[in-house]
Amino acid sequence: MSNATPEITLAARNLSRRFGSRQVIHNLSLELRRGEVLGLLGHNGAGKSTTLQMLTGCLLPDEGKIEICGIDLLRRPMLAKAHIGYLPETPPLYRELSVNDYLIFAARLRGMKPGDAAEALIQTRQRCGLEAVGKKIIGTLSKGYQQRVGIAQAIIHRPAVIVLDEPTVGLDPTQIRDIRALIRELGDSSSVILSTHLLGEVQSVCDRVEIMQHGKLIYGDTSARMQKYGGISGFIISLRNPPPLSELEGIAGVSSVEPLSATQFRVLHAPDTNPSGALLTLAERQGWQLEQLTPLQATLEEVFARITDTGITDEKNRIDMQDNQGSVRAEPFDKAQESLVEACTESADALSLSPSTSSGRTGEKQ
Amino acid sequence: MIRLLALRELRSLFSMPSTWFALAVLQFIFAWFFLARLDAFLEIQPQLAQLANPPGVTITIAAPLFNTAALLLMMLAPMFTMRLIAEERRNQTLTLLLSAPLSSRHIVLGKFFGLLVFLAALMAGLPLMLYTLAFGTALDHGMLLSNMLGLLLLTASYVAVGLYVSALTTQPVIAAIGALAVLVGLWLADIGTAAEDSPWHLISPLNHFQNFNAGLLDSGDAAFFVLFSAFFLLLAMRRIHNNRIYG
Repeated sequence: MSNATPEITLAARNLSRRFGSRQVIHNLSLELRRGEVLGLLGHNGAGKSTTLQMLTGCLLPDEGKIEICGIDLLRRPMLAKAHIGYLPETPPLYRELSVNDYLIFAARLRGMKPGDAAEALIQTRQRCGLEAVGKKIIGTLSKGYQQRVGIAQAIIHRPAVIVLDEPTVGLDPTQIRDIRALIRELGDSSSVILSTHLLGEVQSVCDRVEIMQHGKLIYGDTSARMQKYGGISGFIISLRNPPPLSELEGIAGVSSVEPLSATQFRVLHAPDTNPSGALLTLAERQGWQLEQLTPLQATLEEVFARITDTGITDEKNRIDMQDNQGSVRAEPFDKAQESLVEACTESADALSLSPSTSSGRTGEKQ
Repeated sequence: MIRLLALRELRSLFSMPSTWFALAVLQFIFAWFFLARLDAFLEIQPQLAQLANPPGVTITIAAPLFNTAALLLMMLAPMFTMRLIAEERRNQTLTLLLSAPLSSRHIVLGKFFGLLVFLAALMAGLPLMLYTLAFGTALDHGMLLSNMLGLLLLTASYVAVGLYVSALTTQPVIAAIGALAVLVGLWLADIGTAAEDSPWHLISPLNHFQNFNAGLLDSGDAAFFVLFSAFFLLLAMRRIHNNRIYG
């Protein structure tokens, strides 16, 4: 990419949109830089898809301004749209065409020359793992492959801004992992904005997160910083030969110990002290036979719940981290939240997206 | 861009078995009408020969055949136009076009010309059959040409109506019935009005085809077809643009 390309690839200012009398998007502003993967997170119906439709020019905002690579999308849509690749919720596939024909059509549609399109086709097919199915009719492909073709059409013309609306919905865990790896890779050369209601997805692919609720952006930060937002300091230990609870509680710096099973304990401590060293020494000396010591990490599930439900501040509404498998047990809080956390937990379980595996995501391409 | 979209439309059409089926069946129907006409002509030919100024083979065979084709087309066109936008909307492929650097003009004209070329190919069998008569007799080429031009213009106007109705809905079937209602409505308005100078005759495409059918090139009729098609195409563009406003 040339140096002349502006650093900010997508800028949206004060977007508002209403459907009939219902205000769906309120005064939304968004900025995206090259090489960044932004996750748009929110419940179903929070306005994510509407926002993405506006950013890609499929829907006109009532108010506000959108710039793609410095070009006004509303005033000069033909120029600006050439820089956008968009995968809507349902991939826009002509089922009766072959993969090759369809992708060439998508490339030419965005103004690529026939020669360039043929070259881009080879590259894109390889990137999306579509080499083997080039001549097949799209309608005969499995859902996972169709989704890949959908992503391929969004990236074949090498756009500066790639917009993906729930790119991993309905895929099996392996496919999800492949597609996440691909999205990460895309984030190196372009800007990617993806919407999702899966927190694990944000955790594993996004650099930055914007949380949407009722058509407003209510929180935005880096994905890493957001995890700190939850701020639990502690770890989980498994001891094959555990001592009485009081002995663990007696270790300097430990604020509380909660038994999870006969041999598993959750140890919480103050943020500024870390008693794990002392605990290790003691375990060795007393023959507790330490099997596991995993630091607790606040997951996005927790952060999301805290941010979207400002009511959860008191101690009894705190979300308890159960173990490092990413599963979450929710103490009484509002129903919507509970179902959300459940959904997230399910997906996290299915993918075994523990904090530790997700941190090693870069090496997990198949 | 318009060409690209038109080619895509054709490619999709020809990749569906139903298209080939329709093509085959229609050629059969045309051929049957043609042979029936030819048969009738051969039967009455001795009587015709006794007339002082007998009608030629072109006017007795070709003209009624084109007229039948024009009527058939009225029923057929909606079946092909229904998919144009309604199906794209239903399969959510319209998003691909809306998010691409295209204007509504490109989308509408691309689809219009794509289907027009297809229907022209579908009708091409008709003059080909008629030209086989040239082996045995002399044909009135001027009349054949005016009929072909008329039929093409008529097809264009039918496609334009169908395209617009298709742009209004998400259901292809509703688009088909809607377009059929408009076309048959215009036709009924024409044939149902007894008065010679009634304005109802003027708004019917099939009425404007009659001059072409008789071998008369009237610029007024040609202008009607162009304006009629342009009107509905503009409405369709308007509708596609509104898609961005109303979602």
